[in-house]
Amino acid sequence: MSNEEVLAFETDCHLFQDCGFPAPSVWSFLFEPIFTVGPIEFNKIMLLALLGTALILTFFWAAFANPKVVPGKLQMVAEAGYDFVRRGVAREIMGKKGEPFVPLLVSLFFFVWVMNIWAVIPFAQFPVTSAIAFPAVLAAVVWVTYMTVTFRTNGFVGGIRNLCVPSGLPKPIYVILTPIEFFSNVILRPFTLTVRLFANMFAGHLLLLLFITATWYMLGTLGGTLYAIPAFVFALILTGFELFIQALQAYVFVVLTANYLSQALEEAH
Amino acid sequence: MIEMIELAASEPNSPLLPVWPEVGIGLICFGIIFFAFYKKLLPNINKTLDERRESIEGGIEKAESIQAEARQTLDSYKELLAEARHEAARLRQEAQEQGASLIAEMRAEGQRQREEIIAAGHTQIAADRRQATEQLRQDVGQLAIELAGRLVGESLEDHARQSRTIDRFLDELEEQADGPVPSRTEAGR
Repeated sequence: MSNEEVLAFETDCHLFQDCGFPAPSVWSFLFEPIFTVGPIEFNKIMLLALLGTALILTFFWAAFANPKVVPGKLQMVAEAGYDFVRRGVAREIMGKKGEPFVPLLVSLFFFVWVMNIWAVIPFAQFPVTSAIAFPAVLAAVVWVTYMTVTFRTNGFVGGIRNLCVPSGLPKPIYVILTPIEFFSNVILRPFTLTVRLFANMFAGHLLLLLFITATWYMLGTLGGTLYAIPAFVFALILTGFELFIQALQAYVFVVLTANYLSQALEEAH
Repeated sequence: MIEMIELAASEPNSPLLPVWPEVGIGLICFGIIFFAFYKKLLPNINKTLDERRESIEGGIEKAESIQAEARQTLDSYKELLAEARHEAARLRQEAQEQGASLIAEMRAEGQRQREEIIAAGHTQIAADRRQATEQLRQDVGQLAIELAGRLVGESLEDHARQSRTIDRFLDELEEQADGPVPSRTEAGR
């Protein structure tokens, strides 16, 4: 392992100790494998993904496996979350036609949210969604659903028209607009969906890391500690900000998904 | 953008390139969550939510029916009360009428009895008077005869004639006395 590859928080370097500030970098997103099975390196990110999945399943299983008509506290909280996605996203954007897609939207929302929240959980402190594989997988699922719904409701020609030919425009414009629409709807949408989530979480993690390692780096001497305090305050503020961004990104992800699906459904006529 | 990806990809394990095991884990994790929600958890909770809605609606319906029943009972009570009031008024009226007729009857009866009593009194008085008059007449006759006999010194032979004279005399007296008698009976009423 070269010097570059040392993970930021593994250093024990402080200000005025003749060692450089271990700025967080791409290496902060790479982890030593915990164990290796054949070609598969099982690392912390995968562990967190599995733990997050177990968490979601445990919580909702406890809440919804034997639901009561008069709910307990746990069921009430879970119902509030479910209702938020069902009413606030599916019903709001897709109307009655959104009902079949509620399981997908609920799964997406809680999966993304929990995987985001790992960023601020002590000892985990890493957003799973900042590993691009996870947003990519989710975007792929959304893309496949989007395409399936489009072609199933409109047929092949109708589906193509739905994706590439917006109605009600003068004919010459379609020469330019059709390729743009195709590119935007079919190619760009899954890509932006991936990158939006990935980049938000990646940048958020870098920010937190920067301020926390800076706090740690500047501790030790009196002068350094004076600098460390504002850095730490910023780290706290940014943690709160990240909590907000994590929820927001999960919400944006399902809202966009619902938008795409409603577009696939609504332009059927 | 592609340049950037290539640049990033030139280093091993670029953060812009998905790591295949992570893709697999992500797919599996999301699949499990989706499956659990789709197959079991959301149908469960939807059923419960429906049940809750139904029970709330049922409760409202029940409350409405009870309210309607209460209203009906109240109406019937009011009706009964009004009927009772009416009946009471009718009874009172009847009693009043009965009482009035009874009083009138009693008054008529009293009047009748009074008149009877008065009539009987009159008869009695008349009889008494007649008797007294008879007695008086005899007595006066006797006394007059006695007196006359004493005065004349002899008894009058023609008794019948004598008696007629007396009678005539007495009738005259009576006629004189009859004037004030009816006025006395008027005042006695």
